[in-house]
Amino acid sequence: MSNADLLFKALADPGRRKLMDRLHANDGQTLSELCQHLDMTRQGVTQHLAVLEAANLVAVQRRGREKLHFLNPVPLQEIYDRWIRKFERPRLKALRDLKRRLEEDGED
Amino acid sequence: MTAADRSQFVYVTFIRTTPARLWEALTDPQFIRQYWFNTTVACDWKKGSPWKMVGPDGSLTDSGEILEIDPPRRMVIRWQNEWKPELKAEGLSRCTIELEPVDSAVKLTITHEIDRPESNFITAVSGGWPRILSNLKSLIETGEIAITSQPGH
Repeated sequence: MSNADLLFKALADPGRRKLMDRLHANDGQTLSELCQHLDMTRQGVTQHLAVLEAANLVAVQRRGREKLHFLNPVPLQEIYDRWIRKFERPRLKALRDLKRRLEEDGED
Repeated sequence: MTAADRSQFVYVTFIRTTPARLWEALTDPQFIRQYWFNTTVACDWKKGSPWKMVGPDGSLTDSGEILEIDPPRRMVIRWQNEWKPELKAEGLSRCTIELEPVDSAVKLTITHEIDRPESNFITAVSGGWPRILSNLKSLIETGEIAITSQPGH
């Protein structure tokens, strides 16, 4: 599977998106901390985290005996740059053109 | 110190290049300017050397010192904001940059941490890094940057 496939597959699951929201609210959590407020088994959370890690949406750091999970937004930025930004360009150009026209009118 | 006493983020990107080339991209002022929205870095990249970030208008935005340097694998920068008094008041942060070859790419990990909870400084820098890293990846892999200006600029 390509990196993009792994990424979109990881994002396609509501449980995994919920885990990402949890990390966004409180970054750098252990597995036990993540399991606390979730309606998922520990095994389920472990599996979801593995998929998120493979997609590079979660980065893991060891601190002593603990394994901390951090949300990694860089692939989301890459999706934004690749898939969303280009659709904003025409709108931004339209606004720019409008601004220019209005300002030119003001000078008459 | 527990995780709750500090603020930290860990950002990772995989870039199809060599560690040597990526190291150069991270330390060459002209190259940095291209993906860092016209901000650049002044530093001679030796342990103990001063490190400065300089904005597009030549003003000092951040300052610090090279705490550790091991090209092309790892560097640790002591980092303090110089731009906003309330962020400067939070004191010293630590930014660790690690490069690790993985298959035909390099795994670049940026860890930025400060020994205080709920840090506004960490929130501020965490918003900038994804765009900078996306730009860096795009510039190295395709020769073009993805984003030319920061939002609101």
